[in-house]
Amino acid sequence: MQPPAEHVHWMFATGFLILALCLLGEAIVGAEVWQLRRWRAYLWPSTLFLMGVLMWPVMTFFTNSTIHMIAHGLWAEVLMLAGAVELALVRGKISSPWWRLTSALALLVSGAAFLVHEQNGWFFQRSSFLHHLMGWTLVAIAVIPFARCVRPRSIGLGSAYALAFVVLSVMLYCDRDLAPVFGHLSPVAGIPHR
Amino acid sequence: MNAELVSELEVPRQRTLRARLVSALGPMTALAGLLWAIAQPYRITLLHPHGQTFWWLVVEPPLLVIGIGVLFHLVVLPGLLEDLDAASR
Repeated sequence: MQPPAEHVHWMFATGFLILALCLLGEAIVGAEVWQLRRWRAYLWPSTLFLMGVLMWPVMTFFTNSTIHMIAHGLWAEVLMLAGAVELALVRGKISSPWWRLTSALALLVSGAAFLVHEQNGWFFQRSSFLHHLMGWTLVAIAVIPFARCVRPRSIGLGSAYALAFVVLSVMLYCDRDLAPVFGHLSPVAGIPHR
Repeated sequence: MNAELVSELEVPRQRTLRARLVSALGPMTALAGLLWAIAQPYRITLLHPHGQTFWWLVVEPPLLVIGIGVLFHLVVLPGLLEDLDAASR
């Protein structure tokens, strides 16, 4: 009993929303206060890691072409990598803020994977539009974790990072298996079922 | 005004602003979900459950957004406010 693909996107959107709320909370109160309770410190890195783990079954059961499989596999790997690095930072196993470059790498790789694996133009259908939009958004926001390496305590950068996840969450919630985008739907895309 | 008194006044003001901001996260998220549900009621399949399959009844995006907002408010926020208060003393 597999969920439809659009439901999987919505569940991952919920994951990004959890990340966003935690990151926003951390940005507002400061990392020192946020990490006073260990479970809270581990909350968003472990959510990120879990999303990476859950991306593997998505890759296995929901991809219908090689390029889709590679893209989803890449997302699984970089989500797990970024989550593991953040967990290690929280745990104190590593301490240099430059480890946050892993997050910048994850965002860049994810964005590139979106852009490369979308074979259709922007207005082919809604999911095509969202793939292009998310791809470029991910590439653009990769600069935020890079900047956080330089200014790790910046409230503005922390908030911007959190809001970027809100934006990604909204985009994923907008996804449908087959739907028009701004009134455009290619006749070869198929017929919307809902 | 005495400088010592001024510094005592500034701490609670900053704490209150941070506390207010972080307290608003959950309700604002839930409100966004509620507005979405009102704008697109067809997304709430519980309102018309007949003939819906399992996943259409379980994964309802506006309800997920409301749920996450409520969870953050009930689970994360209380401890966070306690720690924020303790840290600012």
